[in-house]
Amino acid sequence: MYDFAYTKPASLADAVRALGGADAKALAGGQTLIPVLKQRLNRPSLVVDLGGLGLAGIAVSTEAVTIGAATTHAAVAASARVQQAFPALACLAAGIGDRQVRNRGTLGGSLANNDPAADYPAVALATDATIRTSRRTIAADGFFQGMFTTALEPDEIITAVSFLIPQRAAYMKFRNPASRHAMVGVFVARGPQGVRVAVTGAGQDGVFRHTAFEQALEKSWSPAALDGVATPTAGLNGDIHASAAYRAHLIGVMAKRAVALAG
Amino acid sequence: MPQVSLTVNGKHATVEVEARTLLVELLRGNLGLTGTHVGCDTSQCGACVVHVDGQSVKSCTMLAVQADGASVTTIEGLAAADGTLHPMQAMFREFHALQCGFCTPGMVMSAIDLVRSHPEGLTEAQIRHGLEGNLCRCTGYHNIVKAIAAAWPLMQDRQPAIAAE
Repeated sequence: MYDFAYTKPASLADAVRALGGADAKALAGGQTLIPVLKQRLNRPSLVVDLGGLGLAGIAVSTEAVTIGAATTHAAVAASARVQQAFPALACLAAGIGDRQVRNRGTLGGSLANNDPAADYPAVALATDATIRTSRRTIAADGFFQGMFTTALEPDEIITAVSFLIPQRAAYMKFRNPASRHAMVGVFVARGPQGVRVAVTGAGQDGVFRHTAFEQALEKSWSPAALDGVATPTAGLNGDIHASAAYRAHLIGVMAKRAVALAG
Repeated sequence: MPQVSLTVNGKHATVEVEARTLLVELLRGNLGLTGTHVGCDTSQCGACVVHVDGQSVKSCTMLAVQADGASVTTIEGLAAADGTLHPMQAMFREFHALQCGFCTPGMVMSAIDLVRSHPEGLTEAQIRHGLEGNLCRCTGYHNIVKAIAAAWPLMQDRQPAIAAE
């Protein structure tokens, strides 16, 4: 790893200011950034540790679950209030990475990184979550802008994310047997914004909505409603693990299983 | 250079490190605690698992500076001063839950966190899922799972229930 300067600001304003410098990089749980630095794939001159900003915490109302950006996946998974109000969200968090990754990795870090195989972008997009930052709020529909790309400015920090609680929801993923990352993950939700289906792991541009599935499930919320509904292979990843056609097939299988699980 | 003050196995330490120093490098290099291993260096194998403020983490995927103010427990901090093994260590020995032993420190640290976070009990499936972040290349998982199941009752506050006749 190349060396860098390190700072751990105690206020959001100081953190934003530090990130405004040239080649500064924000550090949340570090479960992606540290491996990236170790491989010398990135060379920031300054690492700004967001761990001192007090951004962890979970609030649950009748309509929404709001989670602080620095909340770890383990904390979301173990939260009795999240399990009760929005079990599919707790379940998704419990399946990210492994136990040790979940003890460090954070919601804000996952969304800001927007890894094409990450799990959190799927639930954020499927519920049109509201992403609060140091300067504004951004709807998930406008947040994800392609692989490892988001609407965030370089000196903009996610502070919290609000998920509207769907009436029915579930997440199913097919893991790469070796890396355990999502080869395909599908989050289905039926809630205040109608039916939304978000797919992660499969798209060349990262997470995306499956509008054909959404229309079919609006008509009939059942796995059978997806019979014969095609998933175009254009824009899907193909690699040594799975061709684009195989991923398209998996999207249908995972979506059906998710609808069945959501009940 | 940044200064890191932390407690490791109950002892306070203040160390000057480069910002890029990993927690595992501080433990092994600066403090000489070589029981924590580096297997893959890519956050996958779990040989480097230690406890930071009671939670199992991969110490190759945490900067030493991020552990400033934290309490860290490594494999060296488990046994009592008189050498009495932690119940998890004792059960790993009892069930021969290791072959070459390289993954063992991380397995033991992960297993202790797993048992502590499941006071209601642990099924075999939960143990296997809970070890997802630890790789054993000797294919020794079966005895590891048995050892963890056996350590669970020993780690509860109460004595193991005596089976009724």
